[in-house]
Amino acid sequence: MEFWGYIRENGKVGARNHVAVIPTVVCAAEAAQAIANAVPGCIGLLHHQGCCQLPPDLERVTDALIALGSSPNIGAVLIVSLGCEGTDVERLCAAIEKTGKPMDMVRIQEDGGVTDSIALGISKAQKLAAMISAQRREKAQLSDIIMSIKCGGSDATSGMASNCVIGYVADKIVDAGGTVIFGETTEFIGAEHILARRAVTPEVGNRIFEIVNNMEARAKSLGCDMRKGQPTPGNIAGGLTTIEEKSLGAIMKSGSRPIQGVMDYTDMVTYHKGLWIKDTPGREPEILTGMACTGAQAMLFSTGRGAPQGYPSMPVIKICGNVNTYEKMRNDMDLNAGLILTGEKSIDEIGEMAYNKFIATLNGEMTKSEAIKYYNFIDIHTLGPVI
Amino acid sequence: MEAKLPIALKVNDLDNVATLFSNEGKAGAEIEIKDKKGNSSSLVLKNDIPYGHKIALGEIEPGSNIIKYGESLGLATAQITAGEHVHVHNLDSRRGRGDMEV
Repeated sequence: MEFWGYIRENGKVGARNHVAVIPTVVCAAEAAQAIANAVPGCIGLLHHQGCCQLPPDLERVTDALIALGSSPNIGAVLIVSLGCEGTDVERLCAAIEKTGKPMDMVRIQEDGGVTDSIALGISKAQKLAAMISAQRREKAQLSDIIMSIKCGGSDATSGMASNCVIGYVADKIVDAGGTVIFGETTEFIGAEHILARRAVTPEVGNRIFEIVNNMEARAKSLGCDMRKGQPTPGNIAGGLTTIEEKSLGAIMKSGSRPIQGVMDYTDMVTYHKGLWIKDTPGREPEILTGMACTGAQAMLFSTGRGAPQGYPSMPVIKICGNVNTYEKMRNDMDLNAGLILTGEKSIDEIGEMAYNKFIATLNGEMTKSEAIKYYNFIDIHTLGPVI
Repeated sequence: MEAKLPIALKVNDLDNVATLFSNEGKAGAEIEIKDKKGNSSSLVLKNDIPYGHKIALGEIEPGSNIIKYGESLGLATAQITAGEHVHVHNLDSRRGRGDMEV
């Protein structure tokens, strides 16, 4: 089996061919949004960072924007700069240029303010969109796949149905020589010993304990019980009582293969093959950015309560474990894994359907979150305060 | 024909709770507990149990572990009897507790 994708200069294979309109800072986000909305083939990466942050966070924002722009799902990049941001615009542009993708830029403070910059940006984005529009899909191998996985809006069905389906697909992609990335470090709490046992070396196992300890220390730093923050009120209403229970269900999506190592939040996949952890929080706008930074072509996302969001540069496939939710949210959910709990289907049967949907998505088939275009609120996870 | 009982699943042999996947979990209702090997037994619910929530499979002492997936979800904070709802009112996490020494 193979799939059809856009083969980039660095050998990476994309499942989409978007023009990414990237604001360097929150203050340029509305101009970027106006440009992206006006031009076919454009997506905006409308984050809220890039100014009045401590240097490590500014570096992290620059790294994240570089990684997002370098994704093989992106065919061309338009940078929208304000002019006085903290993001390292020079480093961002140099790194994107190095990918060989067509790139252009507008600077709001130099190019006549917001209105004129939007007009100029639209004109530049139109040229970029036209330039890449004739690129054709070529045959790619399953070992070129980078799949990200995630669960959100979880309930008791997640760990017993939809996450098991993702685990089935994850094992299959790993066995085919591809890359699978999972994260949500908060949702390892109480299950980290199980993950550490699957680490390829004791060092990787220790690193898993370390990232969980750091995340837990951060959660405890305000001196309260983290319940209601994690698990969320929706998780609790759905039957997940403690973070331990949520975590034990969440790790089901990682399947059963050995864990090769831990990637940092903005890391891109380069040499990485097999199953990897990415150190991320659980909340969607931030973790989806971390996952898109890997260069993942698409994501399998499991839900029980009904999390509807996608991501602009990475198609997200929704697998719903709760039959009640699936019936209420058919237009948002791609697959009904609740049939496992009613006894109508097996994990393997829905697993094959999820695998086929994933390959179809790589080949260009839209996901529900793409069709409803519900993916504009994103963000970059930062560690320090806004100052 | 006898009506099908609401079904709750027990994931691991060590578990002392099962998870109900039915909208018919009313107090006094008889339900079927299934495990992964296909074994089944029945239990009468002591409380109304919402879809996706947990039911105690036997006596659980305060301070002892609540087990699902063969792993601890935290500790019981009250005496729990078979058929009782297990949730935030009688199960407490040991993790992420900035409010106490664990």
